[in-house]
Amino acid sequence: MFTFTMRRLLLAIPTLLFIALVIFLLLELSPGDPMSDMPLTIPPEVRQQMRLALGLGEAWYIRFYKWLYLFSVVEPSHVLANMTGYDWLRVEGQRILSFQTRSPVADIIAQRLPQTLWVVGLSYLFGILVAVPIGIYSAYRQYSWFDQAGTFVSMVGFSLPTFFTGPLLILIFSIWLGWFPIIYDTTLVVDSWANFLKQLRQMAMPVFVLTLYNAAQITRFMRASMLDNLTQDYVRTARAKGMTERIVVLVHVLRNSLIPVVTVIALGIPTIFTGAIITEQVFRVNGLGALLIGAIYGSDIPMVLTLSVVFAILIVLFNLIADILYAVLDPRIRYD
Amino acid sequence: MTDAVTFRAPRNQWWDVWDQFKTHRGALIGMVVFVLIVLFCFVGPLIWRVDPTAIPSGRELLRLRNQGFSLAHPFGTDNLGRDMFARMMKGGQVSLAVGIVGMILSILLGTLIGVVAGYFRRADGVLMRLTDLFLALPLLPILLVMSMLFRERLSALFGVEVGMFLMIVTAIALTSWMRTARVVRGDVLALKEREYVLAARSIGTPPRRLIVRHILPNVLSPVMVSATLMIATAIITESALSFLGMGFPPDFPTWGRLVADGVDYLQDYPSRSMVPGILISLTVLSVNYIGDGLRDALDPRIRGR
Repeated sequence: MFTFTMRRLLLAIPTLLFIALVIFLLLELSPGDPMSDMPLTIPPEVRQQMRLALGLGEAWYIRFYKWLYLFSVVEPSHVLANMTGYDWLRVEGQRILSFQTRSPVADIIAQRLPQTLWVVGLSYLFGILVAVPIGIYSAYRQYSWFDQAGTFVSMVGFSLPTFFTGPLLILIFSIWLGWFPIIYDTTLVVDSWANFLKQLRQMAMPVFVLTLYNAAQITRFMRASMLDNLTQDYVRTARAKGMTERIVVLVHVLRNSLIPVVTVIALGIPTIFTGAIITEQVFRVNGLGALLIGAIYGSDIPMVLTLSVVFAILIVLFNLIADILYAVLDPRIRYD
Repeated sequence: MTDAVTFRAPRNQWWDVWDQFKTHRGALIGMVVFVLIVLFCFVGPLIWRVDPTAIPSGRELLRLRNQGFSLAHPFGTDNLGRDMFARMMKGGQVSLAVGIVGMILSILLGTLIGVVAGYFRRADGVLMRLTDLFLALPLLPILLVMSMLFRERLSALFGVEVGMFLMIVTAIALTSWMRTARVVRGDVLALKEREYVLAARSIGTPPRRLIVRHILPNVLSPVMVSATLMIATAIITESALSFLGMGFPPDFPTWGRLVADGVDYLQDYPSRSMVPGILISLTVLSVNYIGDGLRDALDPRIRGR
């Protein structure tokens, strides 16, 4: 197990390097010019100087190497220092600067992360909490009206794109009923009950949209996995021993059916960070997705590159975690 | 003497599949809905001969814009007085075409890589590493960057509409072939060890014919299932890109674009984003149900029960 984990971790490094290189080269080819927002009256030689100041003067492989160094050494040191409070951890020198705001990319990401984590993370949590019981009961009473309704709702939730359900909810709850605000207010500080209620109200719709989508997917897996296990021989044995139905389903079957579901849940965690781009756009949540879109529109190459590689790291990491979880939970699986 | 031996003509296996498919009510309804939507988009314009891009001029513009549902304009008109019914058909043509062509390209690529990886052991390691790599890419950001990247160049080469179509379809195919490739590779690995493949090889069948005649027909069912689901993915991806403003140009209607345009008028004219939204949802829902039904129908363990 240990050697497997180590080997996978080592293999992840070239994978991530390659992904970073691909994204870097894609951005290198892109026609967007970070200088295009500047006034046209700037003379060409000044313009050239400004380009050099942005670090655009050197060959691409030198810039890639520099970015790589900053990304893997300097930025993590600052993040660590901010998290632990030890200032001696900081590596001095240049940081990855956003073209748009001229401030370090890591700081902007740290500012935007809480919104995304709150909205998308909560909806993922709710999705799991809703999906698991529904999946269990649907499978236990297969083809009952509850199962039919549950399967239909999960199919609908799985098929409706968030850029349709989002405006639909805005229309019903903000425009017709007036219960929730249309726009998410990021500057709201929760310091009183009134503000807490306000925060709850503005989070309700984006969280609901994403919960519906996440719950729909997890329910399908949970139900299928329960159905696979309910027909196994050990279930009949447990019943024959005279165990109560409750123990048979909630202990014997549930524990075995959760194995694939837990890995699916782990695989889905990176989407907490990446998958909500559209929902954030619809509800104007000022999170990482909105940051990425803004950076792409503004040709903010360092920001797009850093964010995409962070997303890629999360995906690779949680793939690995899912594999390890699978082996930990299921003693029949051995990788060595 | 020839006895009355009741001889039943050999029944094509696809009839069995169809029989099983028919018992799945959701899939059947899904198919009817999907066919209706396709007819609406592709046959509709022959009957409803209104130009989706025609803007009324002069005083007509003031009179005809922002109309509600009426007989003359079943879905009303937009802020420039264009007929929404015709725009819905035109938008559907684009969305469905993107979905179907994107699906075909993605399936071709996925099957090719899956078969090569499964059949030729030497290519297996490299190709599966490549698949893992693609699975680790953050897809939506990459799609957005690609669309920003090639927009101008392809528009200059093929014209705006064809250029964008080619770009979106290629981008969708390049970012969605991985699942098909994995499924196909797994199946090919298992099929390769079967006796009939050994028999075919022992009479000197070259690999190319072996794959085309003996292996491909047997991986057809998982490929068909992922093909239907891929249509849904492709339609959603295209709509998401258009919704974010990275897809087709603004005056060119696609369902995703129409939703995005309508969101600005959500307060006063909610139908303008709701109708295309409902059409996308219905299409994706019906396609997913068809996929579910196909999966059951093509599974020989379930068939005949």
